[in-house]
This record gives sequence, C-alpha cells and structure tokens, in this order.
Amino acid sequence: MSQMTRPDTSELREKYPDLFDRPAAARLATPVMILAALAIFVFGLVDLDFSPGKLISGISQLGWITMMMIPPDLGASLPLYLKALGETLSIALLGTTLAAILALPVSLLAARNIIPTNLIRFPIRRFLDSIRGVDVLIWALVWINVVGLGPFAGVLAIMVSDFGAFGKLFSEAIEAADRKQVEGIRASGGSALHEIRFGLMPQVLPVIAGQVLYFIESNTRSASIIGIVGAGGIGLQLAEQIRVLEWQKVSFLVLMILVAVAAIDFISTKLRFAIIGKRAVA
Amino acid sequence: MASGVSILPAPQLAVLNEAYRKAVARKRLKVTIAAAVFCAALLIAVFGAEVNLRTLFTYFGNFVSYFDRILTLDSGARVWTDPLEWFWGWKKWLRMLGETLLISYVGTLAGATAAFALNFFAAQNTSPGPFLCFAIRRLLEFARTVPGIVFALIFVIAFGLGPMAGVLAIAIHTAGALGKLFAEIVENADMKPVEGIRSTGASWLSCMRFAILPQVSAGYISYALLRFEINVREASVMGFVGAGGIGQELVVAIRKFYYSDVSAILVTIIITVFIIDITTGWLRGRLFGKEARG
Repeated sequence: MSQMTRPDTSELREKYPDLFDRPAAARLATPVMILAALAIFVFGLVDLDFSPGKLISGISQLGWITMMMIPPDLGASLPLYLKALGETLSIALLGTTLAAILALPVSLLAARNIIPTNLIRFPIRRFLDSIRGVDVLIWALVWINVVGLGPFAGVLAIMVSDFGAFGKLFSEAIEAADRKQVEGIRASGGSALHEIRFGLMPQVLPVIAGQVLYFIESNTRSASIIGIVGAGGIGLQLAEQIRVLEWQKVSFLVLMILVAVAAIDFISTKLRFAIIGKRAVA
Repeated sequence: MASGVSILPAPQLAVLNEAYRKAVARKRLKVTIAAAVFCAALLIAVFGAEVNLRTLFTYFGNFVSYFDRILTLDSGARVWTDPLEWFWGWKKWLRMLGETLLISYVGTLAGATAAFALNFFAAQNTSPGPFLCFAIRRLLEFARTVPGIVFALIFVIAFGLGPMAGVLAIAIHTAGALGKLFAEIVENADMKPVEGIRSTGASWLSCMRFAILPQVSAGYISYALLRFEINVREASVMGFVGAGGIGQELVVAIRKFYYSDVSAILVTIIITVFIIDITTGWLRGRLFGKEARG
C-alpha cells in the first residue's frame, strides 16, 4: 500500500493566502448577515402580533375547517360555477390578448435598438414600471369604479396590469434580437418600417408568442382571484362561499380552479413547444 | 458595377420556386388556421366576459377622469401643489407600509425556509425515494397553484383578522413557488461532488450539506430576493381581505371615494416597490458578483 504523502501546507499557504487566511471581515460577513436577517425576522414576528397561542388555536381551527371541506361537494350550483369558470377563462384570454396588442407598439418605443434616444425610452420605461408596481387587484378596484361590477372590469384590470409587464418583456425581447438581419434589410433599401416588419418581427414574434401564452396561463390564476373584489369570475363565488362558511363548496371551487389552471398550463406548454421549439423553452 | 449574384437557369429555378411556394403555402395555412382558432376563442371569450364596448366607450371618460379626480384635492387644487395636504395621513400610511414590508419579509423568509427544507426531497436527483419525491412535489404544486389571497381569505377566518393571516398565506405560497425553483436548481447541480462525498461514507444529510449546498446557495438567495420583490406587491393587497398591511387603507379609500388618498397611497406603494426592486437588484448583483469572483 502506498503511503499518502502529506501536502506541504506552508507552500500552499504561500501560494493561496486568500484561502488560508481570509480577512476577518470576509469570514464574519455571512454569519453577520444571517444574524441580521434573523433579527429582522424576530422583530417582524413580534411586531405583527405573532403568538404561539394564536398560532395553535388558528391551526386547530384550520384543521377543523379542512375536515369540514371533505368531501368536496357543491350541492346544486354546478351550472353556476361552470359559468363562473368560463368567465374566468374568458377574462384571462381577453385581458392578455388586449394587453399584448396594446403593449407591442409601446414596447417598440421602449427598446434601445429602435429608439436610440433616452428621451423617449426613459419616461416610457418608468411609466411601465409604475403600472407594474400596482397589483392587478388594485386595478380591478379602479375599473370597478369606472365600468361597474362584473367580468368586464376584470378584463380591463388584467389588460392594464399585463400591459406594464408585456411592455417590459417585449422591449427586452426586441433588444435581444440580432442586429444583422435588420442591417440586411436596410442594405437592400428597406425603410424603417420594413426593418421592423421583416428584420425584427420574425425574430421577436415567437418569443412574444411564448410569453403571451405563459401569461394566459398565469392570468388564469389572477383572473380566478379578481372576483374577490367583485370583478367577475370564479373568485366571486369562492369569496362568497368562504364568507358564508360553506367549506365543502369552497374546496370544490378550489379544486375546479386547480384543474382549470392545470389544463391551461398543459395546453399552453404544448403550444409553446410548437411555436418556439423545445430548446428555447427554458 | 458587376453584379455578384448569379441567376440559375430557368428550369432549375422553377423547381426551387415551386418547392419554396409549397413550403410557404403550408406555413401560411398553419398560421391561418391557428389565427382562426384563436379568433374564435376570443369571440367566445367576448361573450363569456360580458364585454360591452358601449359600456367601455360610455365610461372610458370615467377612467380618465378618475385619474383626474384622484389627483385633485378636496379644495379643487392639484395634489402636487400641496404635498402636505395630499399626504396628510403619512404617519399612518408609513406605519402600514412598514407592516406590509414586514409581512412580505417574514412571509418570504418563512416560506423560503420551508422551501429549503423540502426542495432536496422534491429534486429527482437527490430525493431519498421516488414516492417521497412525488408527494412533496404535489404538496408544493398545491401550495403554489392556490392563489395567495385565497389562502389569506381562509386564514383570516381561522387565525382572525390581522397581519398573521397575511404572513402565513404569503409563506405558504412562497414555499410552493420557491420549492419548485429550488428543486430545479438542485436538479441542475453537478452530481460529482455528491459521489465524492458519498464515497467517504457520508450520510445523505452530509452529502446535501457539503456537496449540493455550496453549488446552489447563490441561486437560492437570488430566487428568494426575487420572490421578496413579488411578495411586496402581493402583501400590498392582502389588506383587501383583512390580512393586514396598507391594502386595508387603500381599499377603504377606493370604496369610499377618498380620491386624493387613493393617489397618495398608490404613489407610496409604487415608490416602495421601485425602491425594493432597485435594492434587491443591486443586492443580487453584488452577491452574484462575489460568487463569480470567489
């Protein structure tokens, strides 16, 4: 058996001083950060009125509620709930499509390779950021004030809030596009619009289509909750049944939402693969 | 100037043109069919969502004037002419805003910790058993598919009104979302260090600690910070269902038509979200920068 030779540590020490004698600041950084994070966490628990007693009684309540939820049962309201689910899917589809249509021209203005000047891009970007900073539920409340209760307010809320997200994502996709094809169009005498149509769009559209599909999927979730504030869809039913403590109906509605989201998820993933190819879908 | 492009003889060209036309025609047909299906779906959706263009046109002025109204003080002046009057409730709002941030912080940290504890079981390459992997995955899926606000609605009934329900709702949703992302990072990790450590006779736990964790911790932190950003937005509406934070103030202001308050609270929320976005972006850049250098 061969004897393993001891490595010469002093030589290694000389070679990699950083690894053997890390400065105290670097060694302490991680524990200090963890301690600080924990300190804020504990402060948060105290400040937000967490108490073990409340937690335990709440959990036992929750256990009781869960027991009440089984088995899921919806009585005689199936047609009503199916209609609400259809409403939710419609809201998601329409809202996302409208947002994409509105966002496309704006994203061109926000892309660095289309509009080189900061003068237009900067305010547009900040404008899109502000829209994104406001949650979809808040937009729903605002639109309810404008067009009244109902799914239409939901469509408009999803439209506005996705407009902000799409504007940013699309402009990023456009910025990531290859410059060479645009130059090719220009070299053969195309106008600025030709450059966008034949140089940029073929590269960008598949990416955009993938993002739109993904958003339709995630908006099915959003659309299922905006009903909670009165903007139509299945969330309205869900919130009502929770308020009147009809737990069996609640669990059925939650299951319905889960199934619908899973179905949309499945379809949109298939479509995304078909549009961009397997490799491009991260 | 001599042309560098050579033209093929006509018969050869005709064959190529024909093939090209066929390929394009097939593609066009596909696109047309897809567009038709999509338009049909849209049309159905228009009826499903009770879209009424007349309502929109009649009330669209309302939307514009709504912003006009929320930017006007009770005295009729524009809000920015009198910031003190506009932000008259800034002490209360800042406190609520602090509560919102704390809700999202505590919720994110608790959720990330749960996700951290579960993700090694949910990742295919490190899970001790396929059944456990499947079960944990379904659990995480459930936690992330049910919207956070639905959890909040239920928790408000179980735990009572207040921020605790909001924190727990955010924590559960975060655990589901981060658990999946964390597990994906683990699945992409290099398995050679695990084999190396395994070969020294180490337990499963040591394998995770010394082989996987050093590879994935930066990704974890990055995703957790990103999630914190999202959760701040989410926490800002938890108050809508009584689960604490600034949403409570906002919903009261919107429902009772306290116009200038609406804009003041919205501005506060937007600025906070900006600051959080920039800070976490900077932090992520620093952490990743460090990782790359180390």
